[in-house]
Amino acid sequence: MQFLIDSFPLLWDAFLTTLSLSLLAGVLALVLGTLLAAFRVSPIPPLRGLSTFYVETFRNTPLTVVFFFIIFGLPQIDFAVGFFTGSVLAVGFYTAAFVCEAVRSGINAVSAGQAEASRAIGLTFGQSLREVVLPQAFRSVVPPLGNVWIAMVKNTSIAAGFAVSELTASMQRLSNANAGELLLVLVAVVVGYMLITLPSAYAISRVERRVAILR
Amino acid sequence: MSGVDKWFGELHVLQDIDLTIDRGEVVVVIGPSGSGKSTLCRTINRLESIENGEITIDGQQLPAEGKELARLRADVGMVFQSFNLFAHKTVLENVTLGPIKVRKQSKADAEKRARELLDRVGVGAQADKVPAQLSGGQQQRVAIARALAMDPKVMLFDEPTSALDPEMINEVLEVMVGLAQDGMTMIVVTHEMGFARRAANRVVFMDGGRIVESATPEEFFTNPSSDRAKDFLSKILNH
Repeated sequence: MQFLIDSFPLLWDAFLTTLSLSLLAGVLALVLGTLLAAFRVSPIPPLRGLSTFYVETFRNTPLTVVFFFIIFGLPQIDFAVGFFTGSVLAVGFYTAAFVCEAVRSGINAVSAGQAEASRAIGLTFGQSLREVVLPQAFRSVVPPLGNVWIAMVKNTSIAAGFAVSELTASMQRLSNANAGELLLVLVAVVVGYMLITLPSAYAISRVERRVAILR
Repeated sequence: MSGVDKWFGELHVLQDIDLTIDRGEVVVVIGPSGSGKSTLCRTINRLESIENGEITIDGQQLPAEGKELARLRADVGMVFQSFNLFAHKTVLENVTLGPIKVRKQSKADAEKRARELLDRVGVGAQADKVPAQLSGGQQQRVAIARALAMDPKVMLFDEPTSALDPEMINEVLEVMVGLAQDGMTMIVVTHEMGFARRAANRVVFMDGGRIVESATPEEFFTNPSSDRAKDFLSKILNH
């Protein structure tokens, strides 16, 4: 017990780092992913192509490689980012590809008549997407986006390999220094992740019920 | 529209269509399914693109895409077979969305006008419900109000009563007859021969992607000139 009390400040800092990494990358992924999904269904072929290229590139590259590209690759073209920022970008850019696909499936689930009706009253493509299609699409993508979010929170653990002192890094550090308390360290770290993901799962199911619409 | 052609892949769904509709005219388009009548209707506000020919509305050629097209669509009201009310918005919001976003009206003005229109089509009491809480007939009347809120120059009706229970067809047709009497320019794709007789200035009969016959309702129903129209009428009027 004394061990846990002693290690608490370090674990707490690590927890906060994982949390902020997750929140920042999550916002980036949600905004960028939604934009990519809008590109993907737009009537302008170059935008569609760009979005498809992005999704296929990031979805099919291991996240660790994305980290290497952003943290060690970008400085080669004189664009250096710090370890924390780089980690946010890596996780955010990578996850955006999955958000895009989830949102796109939601857009496809909105009946074509909704978009036709909105165009028929003179809304532009962008307005029709914003006012009519996306609000309905998001309702059906809350569960898959929840999955993406939870996977993303766990994916932030790769930042441990890039000098970011988040939960997994604290696990390595504590277990190296206190080999005898290994199990306790592991449990503490798992609890740290669950403190983020379990309330998220609860919040997601609340949102899901809230936004359900009559059809 | 003149010389309009459209293909769906190999299928030549509109073949050299020439059709002129005067201001204030009510044209009913009838024909067997697959004859291209819905497609014809949907090309007029470019929900379907065309391969050949040209379509002009009020002297203005139909633009290809983008803002110009959106502006033109705002002037062309459309009512769909499956209503297509915005499922996540209330009835009132359905009607005010276009006026606020496209016509840049204030929310208060748009709502005032929307309530007038909803009263006019007889669903004023439902303004704060969502579409799924309404019957089909009510939904379709809301859809008409939504189109009217844009003050369209012409209204397109793509089989507006085909998805309705028989009891509800009349309430929608009554609204449409009222519109026709008020002088709205209307193009109506329908199977409702009663409406054609009552409200149409002209009946256009289509088959196989062509306009086979174009006549006054009187002429068309009593003495159709083409064999195809005679055959069609004998099938639908004798049951």
